[in-house]
Parts: sequence; C-alpha cells; structure tokens
Amino acid sequence: MASMTDDDLKQMSQDERAKALGMTTEQLTGKSLYIEFDPEASERYTYPWSYEVDFNKRTEIDTDTLSTTEVNSAIRDRMKEGYGTIVLKNPRGKHSLGVGILNKLNLIVEGSCGYFGVGLIDGPNVRITGRVGWSCGENMMAGTVVIEKNAGSTFGAAMRGGDLVCRGSVGSRTGIDQKGGTIIVGGDTGALSGFMMQRGRMVVCGNAGKNLGDSMYDGTIFVGGEIRSLGVDAIEAELTDLDRQWLTRKLTQYGLMPDKGVDHFTKVVAGKQLWNYDNLEPSEKKLIL
Amino acid sequence: MCGIAGLIHKGKSANVGSEMTAMLQALKHRGPDSTGYAVYGEPTEGDYVMRLKVAEAEDMDKGRGVHKIIEARIADVEEIMEEAGAKVKSREAATEYALRYVLTHEGNTGDMAKSIEEVEGVEILSMGNGLELIKDLGDATVVSDMYGLKDFKGTHGIGHTRMATESDVDIKSAHPYWAFPYNDVSVVHNGQITNYWIMRREMERKGHRFMSNCDSELLAVYTAHNLSNGISLEDSLRQSIDEIDGVFTYLVATKDQLGMAKDTMAAKPLVLYESDDLIAMASEEVAIRAILPEEIDTTDPYDEEVRVWQA
Repeated sequence: MASMTDDDLKQMSQDERAKALGMTTEQLTGKSLYIEFDPEASERYTYPWSYEVDFNKRTEIDTDTLSTTEVNSAIRDRMKEGYGTIVLKNPRGKHSLGVGILNKLNLIVEGSCGYFGVGLIDGPNVRITGRVGWSCGENMMAGTVVIEKNAGSTFGAAMRGGDLVCRGSVGSRTGIDQKGGTIIVGGDTGALSGFMMQRGRMVVCGNAGKNLGDSMYDGTIFVGGEIRSLGVDAIEAELTDLDRQWLTRKLTQYGLMPDKGVDHFTKVVAGKQLWNYDNLEPSEKKLIL
Repeated sequence: MCGIAGLIHKGKSANVGSEMTAMLQALKHRGPDSTGYAVYGEPTEGDYVMRLKVAEAEDMDKGRGVHKIIEARIADVEEIMEEAGAKVKSREAATEYALRYVLTHEGNTGDMAKSIEEVEGVEILSMGNGLELIKDLGDATVVSDMYGLKDFKGTHGIGHTRMATESDVDIKSAHPYWAFPYNDVSVVHNGQITNYWIMRREMERKGHRFMSNCDSELLAVYTAHNLSNGISLEDSLRQSIDEIDGVFTYLVATKDQLGMAKDTMAAKPLVLYESDDLIAMASEEVAIRAILPEEIDTTDPYDEEVRVWQA
C-alpha cells in the first residue's frame, strides 16, 4: 500500500481506484481499510480523491431528459470543475438521484425524488424541495439532508451518521437498522419505525405507528405525539435534562421546534432483554456442561 | 416486484387509456413480463362488453394447426352465447387469440360465462357494462398499441406491470384479474399471499373457479365472493386485511369506484396523489409524474389503510 500515494489515488478513475483499493476482488485484501487505518496517515476528514469545490460557484442541471446515471455523472463532473452548489431541476420522481456523493457540496433538488435518493452520501448538504420515495438517505454516513415535503418508507435505513430531516410525514420502518446519526420527522411516522435500531437518535414530532422500536438494540427514539404501540423490547424511559437540551438544539436548528417546547416528548429506548450475544448456543452449553 | 397503478377522475371522462399507458410505461422496470389494463368507460345500459382469450400468446408458435383450433373454439363460444340467448352486436379481434364482444343478454351473465369457460383454452378476461380488461405480454406501450387503447375515454382505471415470480409468464397469470363472474370488478395486486392455498380451497369449496396458480387471482375471487354476499367494497377491503396473510397492496375497481388496501406491515409501496377532480396512485411516484409533471404533493398510505373513491 505504501507505493500508492494520495496523489496516485486522486488521479485514478473511479474504477481504477476501486481496483487499486481491492474493492472489486472476491478475496478481501484489506486494502479498502487503508484510508481509515493507515498508521502513517495523518488525521483527515475528506477522501484523498475528493474535489476542491467552491460553495459560491453555482450551477444547474436540468434532469428532465437525463437518466439517473447521467445526472449522477453530471454532478461528479460539475464537482470536478469546482462547483460547490449544484441545483437539480425537474427531477420528477427519478430514482437514485445524488447517490454516493463523498464530497462537500450544496445539493439542491427542486422537486421530488423517487427511491434511494441521496443514499450512501458522506458529506454533502442536501435540500429537497419536494417529496422523496422509499429509502431516502439509506446508509448515509455524514452530511445533512432536509426534505421539505413527505417521505416514503424506510427513511434513513441503515443510516450511519449525519442529520436526515423530513418536515412532512414519513412512511413505515423509518430508521430501520439505524446505526448512527439523527433522523428528524416533522410529522408522523408509520409502523415498525426504529426496527432493529442499533445506535443514533430518531425524533418524531407527530405520531408513531405500531411496533415502534421493535427489537431495537440501542439508540434513542423521541416521539412528540401518540405512540400506537411499542414493539418487542422497546420501553419508555425518562426524559433527562440533557435530552431536553439536545432536542431543543436540534429542533430549533431545523425550524421544527414545537410552540409548547419539548417536555411532552416520550423517550423510547431498548429494554435490552432480547440481547443474547453473550449467551452460549444450546449446543455449546452441552459441550461445556 | 410488480408495479400497480390506478387513477380516477371525479365526475368526468378523460383520456384514461393514454394516461394509464404513460403511468405503466414509467413502471416498466418493476415488471417487464406482461402488462394489463382494466379501464372503465361510461357504463352502457343493457349492453355488455365481454373480452376473452381463446389461446395463449405462446400458442401461436405451435404451427398451422393452432389457427384451426382457435377457429373451432370461437365457433363453440359463439354457439354457447347464442344458446344462452345473447345477441352479439359486434365482434373485434385485436389479436387472433383475444376477442371483444359487445352483446345484449337478458338472463344471468354469470351462468353464460361459466358455460363459455368450459370450452378448452378459453378464459373470459372481463365482462361488464363499462369494464374493458386488456392484458398481454410486453410492456405498456406494446400492449396499448396492440389493443388500440390510447384513444380510450373513461372515468377510471387500474393497471399492472408484472414481474413473474411464482407462476408462468402468460396471459392467464397476468393482471388485472376480473372478479369472475361479478360484472365490472377487477383487481391488481403487488405482493405475496402466504395463506393462498388455504384461502383458495375455502373459495373453491364455496364454488368459485380459479384459472391460474397466481396468488393475485385469489384477491379477485375473494372480492367477488364478498360483493356477491352484499358486502360493500370498503368492508371487503377492510376484512381482507385480517383474513389474507402476507405482504400486499392491491387496488380494486368497480363500475364507479376505486379502492385500495394495504397489509398490516405496509411492506409494499403505494404513492398517492389526491386533488378535487383526480386521484392517482402507483407503486412509484415516477408513474404519477408521467401524467402530472408539475409539482404536486403526494403521500404514502400507512399500514392497514383502506380507501375508496367514487367516480
């Protein structure tokens, strides 16, 4: 790995880089961990191949006649040219827009996205003026995403970091498998929200559907309205002063602070009665006993 | 995966044929195997429209003999119709195996339909005063062009793009399903029904027929059973959420209504747009945008949600 410098990586195309980092081979070489764990590398907050962009340089992309791949390639090309603010026009429910942006960027989508919008992102600030379909912000790692209208199901599935905000209502299974970051919903959320949640925080200003937090391992869910029912192993907990301060800060930041404050929020956490990782399997018990 | 779509214009007719074609074409990626439409024109008093198929599309490759077989089947069907007292006002054939009859009939159309389906290889796709049910292999544009659907005017319609998973790629497994023998009722479905065999046997014991092994047909039969027992469409949809197991979102259309139901897990998608004069719904927003390109507000119905709209 020592023979490959950041400059080398930056010059490569995406395919070449993936191959060089061992991401496309069946046998894992560990090279893909280079960026995170190279002891020689100094601490860094951007990828070696990220583009230098200027937020004051603004450009527009009319997505009307473009395919999703063409739109996402165009975003990358514009970032390469140094544009730090990109506006997508006429998205009309196209799927997978803005996926996999690993760069600082202001992305503004004027309209609505379909499925898997801005998934796998690491860094950009995104504002979507319309609605988003299923799995918006899936697996996002850092950055902020603000949706002005409603969102579909599995909002922020497997999310790892950043802030994912929907001012309207969202569908079912919001934050399923959430591993970090913050999901904020201005309206209601559907059934099985926070299912198998592992870490992070979810705030629902409106009502939550049935089986909230079902089988959650960890993490915290705050609900401002009614909870139809709690899921297996999800329990209510006491709202602490730290929680109140955090909720006030986050909700104020996104203009969703309720007039009556945050005292009415219900806090839901994992009961941790389902955890059995430390227990032996029955067959193993027999061996020992 | 499959894609479903539906729309209903309140109190007026519109170009439902081309609208449904645009919506289903936008959903092609959810199912390229077959496409089906159930569109509703202004109901005609006294005249019935019957659509039927006398062979599968793939049968047409089976040599010269198939044409004679088809001719014989059509002759049988027409003989049965005559014996049942039906008067054929017109007959059209979009393809050699798919026919459309306009007829008048005084007696029980259900009994006549049962007799017609006794002819080998014949399946009635739909019967009713307003319903036109079209389904064939290919994407939305191909099927729409084949059957001349683009100029169809009507009040509402539902449609389906199919990705075959648990049954064959053929017309009998394609959606929509007519709720045989209940006039003007059709169903499209996206999902899997896990108590299919239990429910199918129950329905068969009650005398209902199944033409395919596709689980979606059960919803059509189930709806027909409920409606024929005087249960309203809304109550039938609500009841189905308790009685049908699995993951499903399905749409039902009648002569003047359009309804939707979503299972307890809300595991199958549906995006809904409602305005004063038009309600449109589809598996994906991109289908609704195909007919409403301007900025609109849409929502996802929640689990166990049932809605019915009137034309």
